[in-house]
Amino acid sequence: MNFAAINTEIFILVLGLFAIIMDLALPKDESRKAIGGVLIFSLTAWVAYMFTMYTPQSIIADGGTGTRYFNDMMYVVDNYSIFFKQLFIVATVFTMLFSLEYMQNVLRYKGEFYALLMTALLGMCVLASANDFLTAFIGLELMTISFYILVGARISSKNSSEAAIKYLIVGSVSTAVMLYGISLVYGATGTVQFYDMLRNPALFSAAGLAGATMVMIGFFFKLSVIPFHMWAPDVYQGAPTPITAMLAMGSKAAGIAVFMRVLYVAFPLIGFYWLPILAVLSAICMIGGNIMAIRQTDVKRMLAYSSIAQAGYMMVGIVSADFAGMKAVMFYGMLYVFANVGAFAALSLVEQHRGNSDYKAIAGLAKSAPVMAAVMTISLLSMAGIPPTAGFAGKLYLFTAVVNQGYLWLAFVGFIMSMISVYYYLQVAKAMYLEVGDDEPIVISGAARAAAVISVLATILFGVWPEKLAEITNLASFTFLQ
Amino acid sequence: MTGFPLLTAVLLAPICAAVLMCFVSPKAAQSIRIISATAMTVALALTLYAFFSYDLTAGGMQFKENIPWIKDLGVHYALGVDGISLPMLLLTDLIGLAAVYSSWNITNRTKEFYILLMILIAGVTGTFIATDLFIFLLCYEVVVIPIYIMVIIWGSTKRVSKEYAGMKLTIYLLMGSAFMLVGVVALYLMASSVLGVNTFDMEALAIAGQMGLLSENFQIFAFLLLLLGFGSLLSMFPFHSWSPDGYAGAPTAVSMIHAGVLKKIGGYGLIRLGLLVLPLGAKFWAPLIAGLAMINVMYAAYIAIAQKDLKYVIGYSSVSHMGYVLLGFAALNVVSVSGAVANMVAHGVMSALFFAMIGFVYEKTHMRSITELRGLAHQMPRVATGFMLAGMASLGLPGLISFIPEFTIFVGSFSVYPVFAVLAISGIIFTALYTLRVLAKVLFGPKDTLFDRYADAKGAEMMPLIILGIALVGFGLFPQLLMGMVGTGTEPLLPLLERLADTSAVIGGIR
Repeated sequence: MNFAAINTEIFILVLGLFAIIMDLALPKDESRKAIGGVLIFSLTAWVAYMFTMYTPQSIIADGGTGTRYFNDMMYVVDNYSIFFKQLFIVATVFTMLFSLEYMQNVLRYKGEFYALLMTALLGMCVLASANDFLTAFIGLELMTISFYILVGARISSKNSSEAAIKYLIVGSVSTAVMLYGISLVYGATGTVQFYDMLRNPALFSAAGLAGATMVMIGFFFKLSVIPFHMWAPDVYQGAPTPITAMLAMGSKAAGIAVFMRVLYVAFPLIGFYWLPILAVLSAICMIGGNIMAIRQTDVKRMLAYSSIAQAGYMMVGIVSADFAGMKAVMFYGMLYVFANVGAFAALSLVEQHRGNSDYKAIAGLAKSAPVMAAVMTISLLSMAGIPPTAGFAGKLYLFTAVVNQGYLWLAFVGFIMSMISVYYYLQVAKAMYLEVGDDEPIVISGAARAAAVISVLATILFGVWPEKLAEITNLASFTFLQ
Repeated sequence: MTGFPLLTAVLLAPICAAVLMCFVSPKAAQSIRIISATAMTVALALTLYAFFSYDLTAGGMQFKENIPWIKDLGVHYALGVDGISLPMLLLTDLIGLAAVYSSWNITNRTKEFYILLMILIAGVTGTFIATDLFIFLLCYEVVVIPIYIMVIIWGSTKRVSKEYAGMKLTIYLLMGSAFMLVGVVALYLMASSVLGVNTFDMEALAIAGQMGLLSENFQIFAFLLLLLGFGSLLSMFPFHSWSPDGYAGAPTAVSMIHAGVLKKIGGYGLIRLGLLVLPLGAKFWAPLIAGLAMINVMYAAYIAIAQKDLKYVIGYSSVSHMGYVLLGFAALNVVSVSGAVANMVAHGVMSALFFAMIGFVYEKTHMRSITELRGLAHQMPRVATGFMLAGMASLGLPGLISFIPEFTIFVGSFSVYPVFAVLAISGIIFTALYTLRVLAKVLFGPKDTLFDRYADAKGAEMMPLIILGIALVGFGLFPQLLMGMVGTGTEPLLPLLERLADTSAVIGGIR
């Protein structure tokens, strides 16, 4: 029992408990912003500390991996998982930062909100480190169950409750499918551990293959890959905006993290046959997501379809199944966080002040909140992959990786669809800059402004000079492949 | 040059201005204009210094800068100019400064306008001075979005709405660039595998291409992708239809920069990447390009004759002139390629002047149609001078900037494509027809008192005319200034082009 290996998880758990206790201790009518402030501050410090956890290049070069295990290989802490945990924490910190006001004004149960956000974060971290199917399942459930509640947190809103129920039902079905798959795989191979499954010939029995397929379908639900995407638009639209942001960046990245580990570590041989299918699925996601996004009139819904397309882009990196591909996925995942923070920070502001998030509500935002309009535009362009934003560098990494593996057609699909996506992203820009809306200036809290501006600066910095982020992702994917 | 990063300074001047303007109050419109004009003057002065201190005898890339940028992709922040890119850089800064002055009267959201204009100019500057393909792409795509926003906010709705024009412009260029990006990714991977190092360095790629390390089939394939990207930027038929609509909807400064320099990135990219890196591909597709070039020249000129809106006339005229550039490129010899490069400069100055003058008239009278405007020379003699200069240059009058380049193209391409060359020369007749018709109707004829209340250009409004007029006449009277510079860029191509002449693989086997 190497408890030092799971210090991040322990820390997050403590923060979650702290939020609950503080909520009980504080008088009922007092603002809960202080809880959020403490969480933001401690998590930021922890992210900085986590940079020291990486196994440096020098040790890897000597043949060491520096990987730590907890509880007999059940739980693995390598550079790969550290990177993803940092990503989740960064996403959570930014989300809390821009939604301090939102939570205080819109939600009824504020303290619980922070506590649940911490348990969701804990679930994501477990997913990134899980090294057997049961641990992965626990992480997944911890994350999704927290999200079921969070999605329905706007109790007064019908949409929010509807979204929560939908998410619960679809989520449970996918969980059931996955769990059944896991049981079949266990039945065939006699193990749930990823390493033991690696070269287990029993996996190629009928039960093993069926199980593996069902596990993957379970993941496709979580990643909202077309044709398993039906829940995403409704849930994204109904959920409180900060939670939509967390679903888009955190939940999706967590799914990607565990999916890559399952695919490359547990099922590498089956995975080999799966890659062409994944390539087709990612193409369907890119085409379908982008085309359906064009028709939307609600920005949150548009972002839901766009996030389906983004899942497609990330799967492009998974398809290439090599060092460059993994690194590209991680790079893209990180920059997608910053792009989402920018977009949702602006959007939650709009929703808070104008009560809605459709194209009419954002009209004239450039007049009433010029900074937020600029942030929104740049963030959306990053999702579309237009330089000098990070999206361009990310897409270049993704598509060089996959073209190198011989999937030239996928690069065609990807680049053309990302240019088409510019069309609907620019519709948002047009509504904000051209159309006349409510001219009344919107007061933006310092925290929200900080979150938005920092995320945009990061987006541009990683676009113009991706060196540092590329180094870390290199480190992360390098140890994974050893 | 020891130490001073001249090209970085040229690139940073507009960026610094844009950042600075973010902190200026939106109400301080005059400060914003002056900041922009100062930045562009500095950039122009530095470029002129580079132009005249460029060592013509040594040739090649000069004022080089190189900083490792992204290690795992092999990207370097590498800048440099040679005889091909330096004239384009000069063109960018000339038109950039002129565009700042022709937007002097914009009062609606002045701050945003100039910030976007500076970003646009910086992007175009970057594409011409980058010697690293990644930096080139970065700058190339940066320009698209500011243009869209500028068109939808400050554009004008006439035959098509400005929203439509802006979106059409954006989508055409982005779709073209999607194909180009695939081509570049394929090229990068192929070159990396044969060279053994990851590199985006254009010279290294050119070595790989010219030494025969890239297979012929690959070059043919990759060149087609680049042609789709650069061709649609250069408004090559059948990807030209964004150009007249886009220019008609765009505000003056955007039309000037777009027609003047942005389009030229297409021609520049075809030479820098297409010809130098993928020579066999260029050779293979050359007859097709020459054929499309002919359609550009004749068809667009023919349409221009029928146009009523001044901006559409110039829009189609610029499509037509790009045909000459393509023809010069497709002939693939040193003379014709020099002509193509020089003609890009000539057309840039000329069309920017045209758009500046149209923009001025439109701003005052809110009229652009040649059925409404008449006899303007009576009330606006200075504007009429600008129109006449640009018009005469457009039809290739000797003594103005575009005579020598066009002549060079004809000389160079006649030996290769005699039929096309003859047809292209006859295209001048169409050009003369629509240009003279427009000038006659708009400028001359009896005085119309309707226009008495509109004042002639004065003060800052005169600046575009002065800046571009000097270039127009100066390079016309001293063509060696331009041709000598271009020559140092194209002469090193001689061995490559001679070798190409011997290879026989061309599309369909036609010549």
